[in-house]
Amino acid sequence: MDLYAFFFYFFAVLTVGSAFVVVFSRNIIYSAFALMFTFFGVAALYVLLYADFVAVTQLLVYVGGILVLIIFGVMLTTKVFSVEMKTGTLNLLPATLFTAIIAGMLIFVFSATDWNVVPDQEWDTTVYGIGALLVNEFILPMQVAGVLLLVAMIGAVMMAARDWTKLKSK
Amino acid sequence: MIPLNFYLVLSALLFTIGVVGVLTRRNAIIVFMSIELMLNSVNLTLVAFSSFLGDATGQMLVFFVITIAAAEAAIGLAIIIALFRNKQTVNIDEINLLKW
Repeated sequence: MDLYAFFFYFFAVLTVGSAFVVVFSRNIIYSAFALMFTFFGVAALYVLLYADFVAVTQLLVYVGGILVLIIFGVMLTTKVFSVEMKTGTLNLLPATLFTAIIAGMLIFVFSATDWNVVPDQEWDTTVYGIGALLVNEFILPMQVAGVLLLVAMIGAVMMAARDWTKLKSK
Repeated sequence: MIPLNFYLVLSALLFTIGVVGVLTRRNAIIVFMSIELMLNSVNLTLVAFSSFLGDATGQMLVFFVITIAAAEAAIGLAIIIALFRNKQTVNIDEINLLKW
């Protein structure tokens, strides 16, 4: 087993294991911190796939942004010093069935299809290719994404503000 | 070199774990984290295809997914905080205002 395979299996186990902790942990704080390891594991897998820029963006946006937001949400909505942090499950049997069907279907399609793989792809750096695509073919979606972020920002402030009519009058 | 199928099966597993979380957990924030897991697994699929097909388009699509995920995180947590302020709970069993 070479080093590449070792790192792949290591980060695959890290990612899936911490994803299990996210979903099945009784304590929501453990879930939030396990989510960090999942994001790190996925970023490491991006590096193994030669997607350097995406890996760095994953770390910046997910670990630096979304995870902090989620931990803020956890801290604001749970009574930290009581047993409220323990959360239950529901619908176990239908959920298991549904999930088994989804997993079987996905893995079947993934392994049954004959993908046109280019063998031993050499990547130099991905930044140039991504940037050229973003400002040529996908310029309109990029602008729309920017507007979406602005709308989401205003909407989030309006919804989370205690009484936004007071904000407006000032 | 690890074949493409390994990455695809890994992301299928991640997606499945996310589906389990959305379907079985009661806490709205855990449902939320599970949705992030599912988005991550889709990103992993896109990057794997992009890398194995030698095409940067997949990696560029990941940026749009990350944009949507960031917007969704901000809006979703704002909704959860507004709900908690009104109902004093984030348990999705007890949030049934639209049910009659």
